[in-house]
Amino acid sequence: MGMTIAEKIIAKAAGVETVKAGDIHTVTLDRIMTNDGTTHLTIDMFHNDLKHPKIADNKKAVFVIDHNVPADNPKTASSHKKMRDFARTHNIDFWEGKGVCHQIMMEHYVSPGELIFGADSHTCTYGALGAFGTGVGCTDLLYALVTGTSWVLVPETIRFHLIGELKEGVYPRDLMLTIIGEIGANGANYQVMEFTGEGASNLSINDRIVLCNLAVEAGAKTAIFEPDEKALAYLKEHGGRKPKAMLKSDEDAHYIKEYTFDLSKIEPVIARPDFVDDVVPAKEIEHIKIDEAFVGSCNNGRIDELRVSAKLLKGRKVAEHVRFLIAPASNSVYIQAMKEGLIDIFMEAGAMVVNSNCSVCWGGCQGVIGDNEVLISTGTRNFKGRAGSPSSKVYLASAETVTASAIAGRIITADQLTYFK
Amino acid sequence: MNTNTSTIWVLGDDIDTDIIIPTDYLALPTIDDMKQYAFSPLRPDLAQKIKPNDVIVAGKNFGCGSSREQAPEIIKALGIKAVIAKSFARIFFRNAINNGLLLIENDQLQQIVIEGEQLSLQINHAISYKGTDYPITPLPDNLLEIINEGGLVNAMRRKNGLPPL
Repeated sequence: MGMTIAEKIIAKAAGVETVKAGDIHTVTLDRIMTNDGTTHLTIDMFHNDLKHPKIADNKKAVFVIDHNVPADNPKTASSHKKMRDFARTHNIDFWEGKGVCHQIMMEHYVSPGELIFGADSHTCTYGALGAFGTGVGCTDLLYALVTGTSWVLVPETIRFHLIGELKEGVYPRDLMLTIIGEIGANGANYQVMEFTGEGASNLSINDRIVLCNLAVEAGAKTAIFEPDEKALAYLKEHGGRKPKAMLKSDEDAHYIKEYTFDLSKIEPVIARPDFVDDVVPAKEIEHIKIDEAFVGSCNNGRIDELRVSAKLLKGRKVAEHVRFLIAPASNSVYIQAMKEGLIDIFMEAGAMVVNSNCSVCWGGCQGVIGDNEVLISTGTRNFKGRAGSPSSKVYLASAETVTASAIAGRIITADQLTYFK
Repeated sequence: MNTNTSTIWVLGDDIDTDIIIPTDYLALPTIDDMKQYAFSPLRPDLAQKIKPNDVIVAGKNFGCGSSREQAPEIIKALGIKAVIAKSFARIFFRNAINNGLLLIENDQLQQIVIEGEQLSLQINHAISYKGTDYPITPLPDNLLEIINEGGLVNAMRRKNGLPPL
């Protein structure tokens, strides 16, 4: 029986010829990423709980401060210092305030064929380049740091055939929310979402990131695209790194389930509070008054989304009662946006452009919302209380729908914007 | 009353990690400081009511969302003996095992049990509720060993001849 890309990556990392779903293997990890969400806990365990602890391979580790940056209180500052000092002592690559961890990883580290653990649920992002990235907790991360290995249960794979092309005004974000709405918040639990077909190969790396990044919201262990010329071009543009392996699924690989999505039939959608899989056509819930809007996050804060937002904002103003926060996903995205004049457009429209970080999506550092307030966001989640008060509400949509809503002061789609200045 | 019985707390589907421990409280210095806020967005008074040896019985996709390990840690710190749910999100599942929190998959009990009543639990064997036994699919020995040792770190310490934490 043939193997899927995900199975081939695990087989390589386990040093065996073949694996099949359900097997448990010890694997050598290609890279280990951890951020300021939990790294201080990993460091505490490293120092206090282990005998003669050592880092297996410091060159494989990446530390990123992106969740509460710049530090917003003395406790956070102390956690950050712990991380900074540890990275320096052990000569670990360290990034602070330079971008959301997954964007940093995509721009500087991830390579096709790699197996990567990250102490963050959205580590599944890396499948956009044909890598197997998956989220773990701080104890698994500690084990990975000190042994260089971990165990994995080989997951089943679900194949998503993508056909056709997205219409104008419809984005990969709408597509992925539609998929999650259809299969449910645990529709791919423990499994891999593999995207194939012409519709998949037509998507840019940015688009593939949007799809893979949200896979965890369907419960997936990871999501993956076959690495192709676009992946190689992306590596070339981002420091010229070399792929570990350009893998493709075998013709006779086993899939537990298959879905087909026609991209031309996707419409702008919104995930309603408090569940990412409560997805409805955006037009069905127009006219809800909003207090805050957010464009950013590891899902939707790259140059493509900033361009969409700027195009709508040019010559218009953010509604008087709305706070509109924009957080470019990394400093390189931020610099590109400055070069293209997008930041000027945002500022002139009355948006708040904040530093590259998790920002509103994380709900702990910037733009937290109060009792009964309503946020529309390009973030990753809309769980109860995710962005602040337990009585607040979060709607998830594309950068276009979020920006249109920020201008109107209520939820609308961009095609309804004609009358707004 | 059988000393092996546990009081039941019933929760719904998709209990996410932001409900288990909201972002706002993650900055607190210890798990003991955080535990009073467990489940607070959904049920602010629940953490105060939970007593050691109680069990949670929930719907599908328990623990979905973030990889924050504080989520299983505070459930364990409240003294919850086991979480019984229709299904668990995978990162939470790993984190729970690594922290010695017992998880049991069962797709019937959540609709049947009544909050505040008792069930009894024989680990890796069966759950008894109102005279009916619901069999438990046993966990593999290596995972059960991690749970019995109180988590992955303690299991590693034992292998290295160190006392448990």
